[in-house]
Amino acid sequence: MSPKNNKIPKTAVKKQRKPKLAVWKFSSCDGCQLSLLDCEDELLAITEHIEIANFLEASREVVKGPYDISLVEGSITTPHDAERIHQVRRQSKVLVTIGACATAGGIQALRNFKDVKQFIVAVYANPKYIETLNKSTPIADHVFVDFELRGCPINKHQLIEVINAYLNGRKPNTPAYAVCIECKRRFITCELVAHGPTCLGPVTQAGCNALCPSYSRGCFGCYGPKETPNTSALSTYWTSLGVKDDELVRLFRGFNAYAEAFRKESEAHEK
Amino acid sequence: MKSKTIKVDYLARVEGEGGLLVKVSGNKVTDVKFNIFEPPRFFEAFLRGRHYSEAPDITARICGICPVAYQMSSVHAMENAFSVTVDGQLRALRRLLYCGEWIESHALHIFMLHAPDFLGYADAIQMAKDHGPVVQMALKIKKIGNDIVNLIGGREIHPINVRVGGFYKLPTKQELETLVERLKWTVESSIQTVKFVAKLPFPDFERPYEYVALRHEQEYPFNEGRLVSNKGLDIEINEYENHFMEEHVSHSNALHSILKEHGAYFVGPLARYNLNFDKLTPVAQETAKSAGIGKGTNNPFKSIIVRSVEMLYACEEALRIIKEYEMPEKASVDIQAKLGTGYGCTEAPRGILYHRYRLDERGIILDAKIVPPTSQNQKTIEQDLREFVPSRIHLSQEKLTWQCEQAIRNYDPCISCATHFLKLEIEGE
Repeated sequence: MSPKNNKIPKTAVKKQRKPKLAVWKFSSCDGCQLSLLDCEDELLAITEHIEIANFLEASREVVKGPYDISLVEGSITTPHDAERIHQVRRQSKVLVTIGACATAGGIQALRNFKDVKQFIVAVYANPKYIETLNKSTPIADHVFVDFELRGCPINKHQLIEVINAYLNGRKPNTPAYAVCIECKRRFITCELVAHGPTCLGPVTQAGCNALCPSYSRGCFGCYGPKETPNTSALSTYWTSLGVKDDELVRLFRGFNAYAEAFRKESEAHEK
Repeated sequence: MKSKTIKVDYLARVEGEGGLLVKVSGNKVTDVKFNIFEPPRFFEAFLRGRHYSEAPDITARICGICPVAYQMSSVHAMENAFSVTVDGQLRALRRLLYCGEWIESHALHIFMLHAPDFLGYADAIQMAKDHGPVVQMALKIKKIGNDIVNLIGGREIHPINVRVGGFYKLPTKQELETLVERLKWTVESSIQTVKFVAKLPFPDFERPYEYVALRHEQEYPFNEGRLVSNKGLDIEINEYENHFMEEHVSHSNALHSILKEHGAYFVGPLARYNLNFDKLTPVAQETAKSAGIGKGTNNPFKSIIVRSVEMLYACEEALRIIKEYEMPEKASVDIQAKLGTGYGCTEAPRGILYHRYRLDERGIILDAKIVPPTSQNQKTIEQDLREFVPSRIHLSQEKLTWQCEQAIRNYDPCISCATHFLKLEIEGE
């Protein structure tokens, strides 16, 4: 190539196929997939490099699989969906689950602690019309998952990072440490020490940039348990400050109630 | 007799999962089922036993598109139960937050979910190839809506700053003023939007709907008002369940809502507009008139124009609120939990969202009832299709299916809210 003309002539480059992205929905609120459409500054640039091949919330056109990367939102709550997730896996080179529903069963996993039949009767007049499983379970309970992106909802910048990482064959750079680290980095006054006792920051995975503490409220666990969380130490501390068991149960039973560490801790305080 | 079967398994460009079944015999439509197969999530059941203060964050998770609406209806219901009034600047801030949600939700629907139908594109990304500046403008408008929600709420999806009694932390006047220049741009862009959508080709289709919306003495409705209709309904929010009821039908995981005496009704932008035109700003009124919808329209396809007018209104209203804002001393009013029942109804982007909670003396929820806008529109959507299809049976399979989808998208159905999933199946007999 001559130094004057450092552009590669178009004909010399084999036209590369754009990687195909698919977005799948299971039981959820649609918020995590909306994060992709909320990338207002990046969306059109993203579509220059990848083909959004299957994304029903955004398009009625569906390009056939297989897909290079599948984003899966939502949890498995019906017999039909328990089948469907296997079809999704078969068509996907890389499968990334996005959000608390897909990674932990979501808020609808609160049914897992109760008899779901009572739930159906509470909401629907004709329970026989409703087909549902007893438990709401994360995707990884059903198929192999390449990467789990946490959050309720996910952080859209982390989403772009994950897509970028897989398309370039590297590991996503999303930390597994606690919200506390983000809090300290931002010089935010510690909620746990200064304000109220109930901040889940010490046991919750980072990703929100310590959002709630920056708004003067305790963390309520949107990103689920951090790596090696010491939930019982936190409970003991809360109990010493007068937090009652029923409140402890509610604290750990949020959007990530069925994530193992939070589930076990809530069960330990249930009478 | 000629028969055809049109089937779409998953309806696109709606929030959630659903389908549709239309049975045609000759020139007659014999059955229409708007089939919602989004798996049920049982929010009303697991709210039982939760603390009142958790309701705004838990109910937000019903819908990622309109979480602010759920937070607003739930805080109003709780405050109603505890006989607390949130007014002044705190009330204004709630309204501003709602403006943000209307702007982002309406921009999303107008440009990315609905306009592609009128122009014959599968989605906004395809549309961008021929209408680049329009799609870029759309994304910019949407971002401003999200930025308002972000600034006041902490993040655009499932905001964290809303609490019963007010907020956790208040924005400063300076922070809000950073939005002003861009909001002024958005007022202009919204006027452009109204002009753009007014030129779209509209099917000739009108029905004598019963519209239901909030109506407030002084303002275009967001958080408060009486529930009124164009056919004589005029009630307080706490009378809702005396007049409306929900039916559970076999083909839907969402309950169908009806007016006890009149049957199906219509909620959302078109209903609000037709019942509250006089409360819009002069600019919004003028813009609407020049777009040819005057003081009202009965063509649901024109809801795309109404949505654009409401977007314009929300931008102007946001500017007014920011101009008059003075940071209050306290971020929230004190709450004392007590035994009782509370009612809340606010105007989600898609229409009225009703919440009712019964609480014990510690503020623990004993039972909850939530009626989202899409479940209220389900029956009207089915009736629309019943009337829409017969004169179009001669169309090709592909065309008719697409037009039916478009007719459903008039309502910006949020099936996640109503429960979730849409399936289009037109079947000939």
